Amino acid sequence: MKNAVGREIPEEIIEITGKEPFQGNYYRDDKPIKLHGPTIRPVMNNQKSKLVANIREALEKCEAHDGMTVSFHHHFREGDLIVNMVMKEIHDMGLKDIRICASSLGKAHSALVPMIEDGTITNIESSGVRGGIGEAISKGKLKGLAIMRSHGGRVRSIATGESHIDIAFIGAPTADDYGNLRGIGGKADCGVLSYAIVDGNHADHCVAITDCLVPYPNFPAHISQTKVDYVCVVDEIGIPSKIATGAAKPTTDQRKLLMAQYCTDVVVNTPWFKDGFSYQTGVGGASIASTQYLADIMRERNIRMGFGVGGLTKAMCKLLEDGMADVMLDVQDFDLDAVRSLKNVNHHRIPAAVYANPLNKGAVVNKLDYVVLASLEVDVHFNCNVVVGSDGMITGAQGGHPDTAQGAKCAIVICPLLQGRIPAICTDVTTVTTPGESIDVVVTDYGVAVNPARQDILKALKEANCVPLKTIEELRDIAYSIVGEPDKVEFEDRIVGIIEARDGTIMDVVRQIKEI
Amino acid sequence: MEIKKTAVAGTLESSDCMVTIEPAKKGIELELESSVIRQYGRQIRKVALTTLRRLGVRNARVSIVDKGALDCTIKARVECAAMRAAEYEGRINWGGMIR
Amino acid sequence: MSNPDKYRLRRTMMFLNCQKPSLIKDPYVYKPDSIMLDLEDAVAEREKDAARYSLYHALQEIDYRGVERVVRINGLDTNLWREDIRCAVAGGCDSIRIPKTETADDVRTVEYAIAEAEREFSRPEGSVLIMAALESARGVINAMSICDSSERLFGIALSGGDYSKDLQVPISGTGVEFMGARQHMVIAARAAKVQCFDTVWTNLDDMEGFRKEVEVIHAMGFDGKSIVNPRQIPVVHEIYTPSEKSVIFAEKVIKEIETKKAQGIGVFTVDGKMIDIAFYDGAKRTIALAKASGVYKGDL
Repeated sequence: MKNAVGREIPEEIIEITGKEPFQGNYYRDDKPIKLHGPTIRPVMNNQKSKLVANIREALEKCEAHDGMTVSFHHHFREGDLIVNMVMKEIHDMGLKDIRICASSLGKAHSALVPMIEDGTITNIESSGVRGGIGEAISKGKLKGLAIMRSHGGRVRSIATGESHIDIAFIGAPTADDYGNLRGIGGKADCGVLSYAIVDGNHADHCVAITDCLVPYPNFPAHISQTKVDYVCVVDEIGIPSKIATGAAKPTTDQRKLLMAQYCTDVVVNTPWFKDGFSYQTGVGGASIASTQYLADIMRERNIRMGFGVGGLTKAMCKLLEDGMADVMLDVQDFDLDAVRSLKNVNHHRIPAAVYANPLNKGAVVNKLDYVVLASLEVDVHFNCNVVVGSDGMITGAQGGHPDTAQGAKCAIVICPLLQGRIPAICTDVTTVTTPGESIDVVVTDYGVAVNPARQDILKALKEANCVPLKTIEELRDIAYSIVGEPDKVEFEDRIVGIIEARDGTIMDVVRQIKEI
Repeated sequence: MEIKKTAVAGTLESSDCMVTIEPAKKGIELELESSVIRQYGRQIRKVALTTLRRLGVRNARVSIVDKGALDCTIKARVECAAMRAAEYEGRINWGGMIR
Repeated sequence: MSNPDKYRLRRTMMFLNCQKPSLIKDPYVYKPDSIMLDLEDAVAEREKDAARYSLYHALQEIDYRGVERVVRINGLDTNLWREDIRCAVAGGCDSIRIPKTETADDVRTVEYAIAEAEREFSRPEGSVLIMAALESARGVINAMSICDSSERLFGIALSGGDYSKDLQVPISGTGVEFMGARQHMVIAARAAKVQCFDTVWTNLDDMEGFRKEVEVIHAMGFDGKSIVNPRQIPVVHEIYTPSEKSVIFAEKVIKEIETKKAQGIGVFTVDGKMIDIAFYDGAKRTIALAKASGVYKGDL
């Protein structure tokens, strides 16, 4: 049957997954749900040591078995060594049918591909996948279904018990011998452990892995000893240069600067830009440049930011440092400046649940005025695709895209009209990840389109006469007039993955790519 | 137009394509590799073949490695490779054979 | 013959290598007034043929959205320039830029070839304009006669790299080595009622130096500057944006001249200043600049 964004969700998928098709953003608002609690082994005996010699011992003590679900966080980004390390051990033990429940997987994890091929890993739940794993899934190598969910959606699925984690592996820059974990103070600092907190709360077993054991108590703990069964010390948990990189150099690409300028013009000319406004932005060149333009105007007009949230960068933390923002709420740090900024008393760590879980009693994203996002594709219905490339291959992650877009009063997507020959503004996105009802403004190098559902924004921008306004159809037509209308990518019938909406309904399905 | 030798035109930079044309006995043999083959493969082939026909190239082995070039670039590279391969010199028929 | 585009606004002319598809496919997003599609120095010797095919199809198929398309041909001392002109004119270019212009005869030689190409490719006579780049001491000294050489010629441009070599001095960044050439060229161009353009600034890391140079050439009377990177465009356009005060004044001047002319009055005052018809063109230019800069929303 067709869901609320017009995507055909086959009956068999509804049957297998027990999920409903997407019904619109507020379908589950105010509807009662039951939360899930884990089955744990209490530690009462004060003689018990939580230290284990190696990952194998941890796996054995946690009763690792065929068909279990193991979980990971992605705070180490492309510098992560934990996933490969643990999965190699699981593979060596000969375990099969493993389900991975990761907050995200990247190019660093291509070593998992042979384990997908030989049946060690048969299910993957993640924000998204890049590189080798994405290709393997798109080519139909994963036996089960891949489930892509947003950061908020992951917390929701774990908290409601839809995803049950047998063993959570939490890489921690520092840990003490009793399992107090922190994102700082070690060799591979990632600043926060926000995505792993739900794992600690809901997994049956929880193993901390660190390369920097510190004296007890490692306080204030970001994940508490009360959640951790075992602590394993290894040589290296991550590659620091790939975790929190040096702050990105300001872009000199005039096309990005142009889009950044349009984006800032949209922000400062809409009604929510006033003292105390809230803001989230990304890590791309245009987003960072736009934050800098915004800072200039905030200074000029003497407007302060009430709070900033999200994966944070130097550009955002500088607002706090310069006294132009009151508070930063942090779920992830993209550069070392953001990690260092955590020393500021008004820079707070928040769990992913607080950030974006749609089915708790209100997440931070609900309080956002503006979010600035990117997208691989946007269609004339304003639906966004951030997971599947235009060539049909899985190549990206939902991240907080659907969460913040739904939550914010004004969700702005920046994307260049063309990526090489590929039109980013198109008739229908390859796969819907964020529904058009969440997206308010699309900024391209060829002009700015406002969702017709947002006449208030359109009116404000028309009055300000600040950006070249186009309809989304006009943008698409310009793109097609330059590069030609693309042929539809051909897929096999087999469904290899589903795109889950924030609330657990099905936004879209991903099919196996046709060999050519 | 007779293809006398192997010739190459274009680069492997983004938005460009590299075209190689070699002499062949019978007909046109076109091999295409493209970063956008799933969406534009059909159109690229069509443009390349139309361009070769306009140039009067009947027998050639043509290989295109495309990095997302627009049609105008594909035409320009095919023409350039063909003219080089045919050792064409002299005034060019802009708007006629080249268009 | 009068081509209405001869005196169009040309604050920025961005140099683009014809041989690079990624550069020529959509430079108009940066909103330069003109682009200069280069067949000369930017193109390697063995790619001269390839650049022409690219140029022809780009001119034919890419909608440059009103940005002027100037083609720089190879020097008159090569065997390339005649075919360059045929290609550019057939493709539909707006103007031809002559490199290393030294004499009025150089311009007339090119003019003849352009006229021939216009006939060959059925373009209206006079549709293709000319600009001359002065790249040597001799060229600069001959600025006046070059400016007067052809009805098609809309302007002259200083080409600082070659010119400084000819002067036997390095480029200092202070502009001292260009002082004489700049002043001389602006005066010659104004005397002949054509436009005058300044040389490129290549140090992209020194945007402050670039800004200062643009301020200087703007104050000297140059119509615009050659640009090597899109990042430079907003800086030039900002400096060429007329002040609010001057726009209001220009608007009054135009309206007053038009009404007073109808009443047969030649000299009058606006805001206490003596005004006559000689102010008309300058005021028109101020309004055109203001429109291009997006600061004029009036009805002129």
